[in-house]
Amino acid sequence: MKLRRTMMFVPGNNPGMLINAGIYGADTIIFDLEDSVAISEKDAARHLVYNAMKAIKYPCEVAVRINHISTPFGYKDLEVILAVKPDLIRLPKSETAADIQEIDAIITAAEIKHGFVPGSIKMMAAIETAKGIRNAFEIATASPRMVAIAIGGEDFLADLQTSRTKDGKEFHSARGQLILAAREAGIHAIDTVFGDVNNEEDFIAETTRIKEMGFDGKSVVNPRQINITHQIFMPTTKEIDHAERVIAAYKESLARKSGVVSLNGKMIDVPVVKRAERTLAYANAAGKNNGRVKL
Amino acid sequence: MLKIIQSSQAGTVESNDILIILNPAEADSGIKIDLTSPVLQKYGRQIKNVIQEVLNGQGIVDAEVSANDRGALDCTVRARMMTAIDRALLKEEAKG
Repeated sequence: MKLRRTMMFVPGNNPGMLINAGIYGADTIIFDLEDSVAISEKDAARHLVYNAMKAIKYPCEVAVRINHISTPFGYKDLEVILAVKPDLIRLPKSETAADIQEIDAIITAAEIKHGFVPGSIKMMAAIETAKGIRNAFEIATASPRMVAIAIGGEDFLADLQTSRTKDGKEFHSARGQLILAAREAGIHAIDTVFGDVNNEEDFIAETTRIKEMGFDGKSVVNPRQINITHQIFMPTTKEIDHAERVIAAYKESLARKSGVVSLNGKMIDVPVVKRAERTLAYANAAGKNNGRVKL
Repeated sequence: MLKIIQSSQAGTVESNDILIILNPAEADSGIKIDLTSPVLQKYGRQIKNVIQEVLNGQGIVDAEVSANDRGALDCTVRARMMTAIDRALLKEEAKG
């Protein structure tokens, strides 16, 4: 089970941050060629990310956020970055399936050109407009390379003509639709960044909320947000214990060829077993990652 | 063989970075590298080798390079050199 609890943005034109990006324990690092890079430095960031990825073996999934292909930079970003085989290409401002399919074709050509395994470079899309949210399922299923969709928060709020509130009501509808689209498509749903890195209390509240909604992870902008997020996403000892007992009861009933399974007087049906399996798989993957949980 | 036709600059003087200034040079004058670095004694030769290697790899044999290193790794030196060369050869892309 691949975890994407934290996807950490790293500005693409900062050598110090690029070199150290792998040491903080994020599940995925996203080298950014887009919003964190000045227009006059797009060429420099591209060279820097390319050379860092070529020289450094990062211990986690490596994604690159390219500029949109409607800008003068997007195609050049792909040409340079695909040569060094990122795990993931993250496309900003995705609005239609056609956006995804065009990049899919470029990746396919690059995989052939460089002799990479076909389909080995994955894609994710950030949805940052009302139109994109409306097309979320089409975007999520536009290519077999797609592994995640994410909300790009600030642009989305601008498009929605609103601003941030403490309880995040401005995102309610979009988050709900994004998670439904991701689940139907069978891929990950990733929440937007929380930019106020000094406000830990609201960060915890927001991350807990999106975890409860069903999100698989959160975009983060600072290493300090990584451990907090991982702790929130880690199943509790009680949840793990319950899941283990559910699976044990289910296996026992299968062995007895009994149709009905119960645990402590409560009926266990297939969705309960599936949830338990997910909890254990998650705890196992997280435990391997952090050395905290062993099953 | 490529000839540099204009001066260019890439990088910064922030920690872990290197500021490269690339200038045209007379034909057959070779590559001259003026390097400032806090680790000049230990890594000066290595940094100069990387600069030379990138220039030669791009087919540039005459150039003057002024490099102000702030503890850049080889991959950073290489990246900043590539950017400086692109800019010197007027490969700079359209501004968005």
